[in-house]
Amino acid sequence: MSLEENFPILTEKLTKKFDSFTAVNNIDLTIKKGEIFGFLGPNGSGKSTTIKMLCGILEPTSGKASVLGYDVYTDAEKIKERIGYMSQKFSLYEDLTVDENLEFYGGIYQVPSDQIDQRKEFVLEMADLKGRERELTANLSVGWKQRLALGCALLHQPELLFLDEPTSGVDPLSRRHFWDLLNEMAEEGKTIFVTTHYMDEAEYCYRLAFIFEGRIIALGSPQEIKKTMKEKVFQIQCDQIDRAFQILNQFPQLEEVLIHGANIHIVGAKTDLVKNLIPALLKENKINLLQIKSIEPSLEDVFVSLIGREAREKIRKEFLPCEPPLN
Amino acid sequence: MRKKISQLFRKNRITFLVKKEFLQIKRDKRLLPTIIILPIMQLLLFGYVVSTDVKHLATAICDFDRSAASRQILSSFSNSEYFDFKYYVKSQREIKDLIDEGKARIGIVIPPNFSKKVALGETAHLQIIVDGSDSSSANLALTYASKIIRAESGKVSQELLSKMVVQKPIPNLSPQLRIWYNPNLKSVNFMVPGLMATILMQITLIQIAIAIVKEKELGTLEQLIVTPIKRVEFILGKAIPYALIGFCDVVLIILVGLFWFKVIFQGSLILLLFLSLIFVFANIAVGIFISTISKTQQQAMSTAVFITMPSIMISGFIFPVENMPKVIQYLVYLIPLKYFLIIVRGIFLKGIGLKTLWPQVTPLLILALVMLTLSTRRFQKKLSD
Ligand SMILES: Nc1ncnc2c1ncn2[C@@H]1O[C@H](COP(=O)(O)OP(=O)(O)O)[C@@H](O)[C@H]1O
Ligand SMILES: [Mg+2]
Repeated sequence: MSLEENFPILTEKLTKKFDSFTAVNNIDLTIKKGEIFGFLGPNGSGKSTTIKMLCGILEPTSGKASVLGYDVYTDAEKIKERIGYMSQKFSLYEDLTVDENLEFYGGIYQVPSDQIDQRKEFVLEMADLKGRERELTANLSVGWKQRLALGCALLHQPELLFLDEPTSGVDPLSRRHFWDLLNEMAEEGKTIFVTTHYMDEAEYCYRLAFIFEGRIIALGSPQEIKKTMKEKVFQIQCDQIDRAFQILNQFPQLEEVLIHGANIHIVGAKTDLVKNLIPALLKENKINLLQIKSIEPSLEDVFVSLIGREAREKIRKEFLPCEPPLN
Repeated sequence: MRKKISQLFRKNRITFLVKKEFLQIKRDKRLLPTIIILPIMQLLLFGYVVSTDVKHLATAICDFDRSAASRQILSSFSNSEYFDFKYYVKSQREIKDLIDEGKARIGIVIPPNFSKKVALGETAHLQIIVDGSDSSSANLALTYASKIIRAESGKVSQELLSKMVVQKPIPNLSPQLRIWYNPNLKSVNFMVPGLMATILMQITLIQIAIAIVKEKELGTLEQLIVTPIKRVEFILGKAIPYALIGFCDVVLIILVGLFWFKVIFQGSLILLLFLSLIFVFANIAVGIFISTISKTQQQAMSTAVFITMPSIMISGFIFPVENMPKVIQYLVYLIPLKYFLIIVRGIFLKGIGLKTLWPQVTPLLILALVMLTLSTRRFQKKLSD
C-alpha cells in the first residue's frame, strides 16, 4: 500500500494568512486511514480554516497538503469527488423538504439511478427521519438537521469525511447518537476528520490535536496526551460549588480553577498549597469541604495547563467551563 | 423508454439544479410577485404617468400678416389638439417674455410678407419658437408643428397647381420632414418596446445576482462548491430558470402592450423571443459578475442598481444616443441594452427582420458570449479571503 492510501491526509507547514493575520500556522498532520481524528480548540483557533483548505475550497498561503493523494493546490476538484463535507453552519436548503435535499445532493454527486433509492433509505434510517421525508428542512430541530446534513454528505459513499463542529448546538442525547454513528462509520473503514470545541467529545476520538491560535499545541491519543501532563490536578468536592469557585478563583497562587461537572478542579498548583490553603479558605467562608484528592487529568485540564494563564483569561468566557457533558 | 429518459436526466447535474431552483422560486413568497407584478406595474407607470405625449401646449401668436393665408395656417394649428392659443401678441419680444415666464411653451410668428410669398409661389418663412428648456417636449412640439406645416404646404401647392397657367416653382412652407413608423407620434408605441428591454434587463440581472449571493449568505454555496459540480453546470443551473422567467416576462409585456396599450406590433414574435434570449444571457453574465463581487444581498442589489440605472439612461431608452457626448457614445457600444433597444423597437414598430438587424444582433451576441465567458471564469469554486 502506498503512503497516500495509509494516510489520507498529510500536511506539512500548512499555513493560512488573512492579510497579516495568521489563522493557521505551520500545521503538520498525518492522519491514518480509518481513524476518527479530532481537531480541538476554542472558537477562532483556526479549525474551520484548516478544514476548508483540506477540502480544496480555500487556497493555503504556504505549506503542503495532500488529501487522498491529491495536492490541494492543483487537484482540488479531484478531492471533491471523494470526500464528504459538513460545514459548521447548517447548509442544506431549508426551503426544500428532507427528500428534496437528498434527491438534489444525490443528483449533484451523480449517484446512479439504480442505487439512489437504497442510499436515501439508508440515510433516512440513519438520521431517524423515516416518515418525515416530506417535511420542510427548516422545521427540523437542530439535531435532526445535523444528521440530515451528515446523511447528504454520505450519499456518494465518500471514504473521507470532514465534519466541522457537527454537534454544536445539539442536545446531549443527539450528540451521543451522532458519535455512535461516527464510530460505526470508522469501523467500516471511513476516515473521519472532526472538529469540536466540546472537550468531552475528545475522548471518543482515536487521536486528536489541540489547536490554539493557529498552532497545534498537543497531538496524540487521549491517553498519550494526558500522560504529557506534568502538573498535578486536584479534585475538590464541596457544598455551594459556585460560591466556592468564585472564592478559589480569586487566588492567583492556585493557577487555574475550573468547574468540572459537580466538582472543582485545581490545575498546576503545588500540593502543600492546595492541602493547606483550600480547607482553610472554605472553612472561613463556611463552605463544607467533602473531599480533596489528586486525580488523573481530564483532557480539559491538559488543555488548560498547556495554553498558559494569559491566554486562559482571554478565552475563558466562551470556552471554559465546558458545555454540559455527555450522558 | 421513460426509464431511459429519466436515466439520461439523472446523468445531468444541471437538471437537478434547475429543478431545485424552481422549487425554491415556487416557495419564495416574495419572488413570484416581483417577477409578475413588478413588470406590469412598471409598464403601467411608464405607459401612463411618464407619457411623453405633449398636448395642449400654451401657444402665443404674433401675426404680422393678418391675411386669409395666415389665418388659414393658424387655424390648422389651433384645430390640432396639440396647440392651445392662449396669447395674441404684437411683437416677438412679448413671445420671448411669455416663454421665459413659463406662460407659453411655444410661439408662432407669421412675417408681414407671408401671404404675398405664398401667392407668388416663393418660399414663405414661418417662425416657430419653442421653450428649449424641456428638450423632449420642445422636440415633439417642433415635430407636430412641422407636420402641420407640411400638410398645409401640400394643400397650398395643390391649389396653386390647379390655378397655374405658367410653370412656377411649388412653394414651400417648411423644409421636408417626414415621420415614419409611428405616424401618430404616440409615445406608448415607443415606450412599451423600450420598457420590455429595460424590465427584462432588470429582472434577469438582479434576480440571478440575488439568487447566487443568497446562497453565499446562507452557506449553501459553500456546501455546493465542495461537491464535484462543474462551474459551467452551476452557472447554467442558475441561468436557465431565470432565463425562462425573463422569457415569460417578455410574453407578459408584449401581451399587456398589445391588448392594453394597443401598441402596434409589426414584426416576428419568434425572432423577438430568440433575440431576447441572447439579451437575457448577456444580463445573466452581468448578474453573475455582480454576485462574485458582493458578499450580501444588499450589496448585490445596490451594485445591480448602480449598473442598470446608468445603462438605461445612456443607452437610448429615453434620450437619443446621438445627442450624447462622444465619450458616452463610445461607452454605449459596450452596453447590450443599446443594441437590444434598437432590435425591439425595430421589430415592434417597423417589423424588420434579421436581414436589417444584423448590425445590432452581431455585437449583442459577441458581448453576451464574452461576458458569459468572463464571468464564468471569475466565478471560482473557492472561498474568497
Ligand atoms: N475570510 C476570513 N477573513 C479574515 N479572517 C478570517 C476569515 N476566516 C476566518 N478568519 C479568522 O481566522 C481565525 C480562525 O477562524 P476559524 O478557522 O473559523 O476558527 P474556528 O473554526 O476554530 O472557530 C479567526 O480569528 C477568524 O476571525
Ligand atoms: Mg469553526
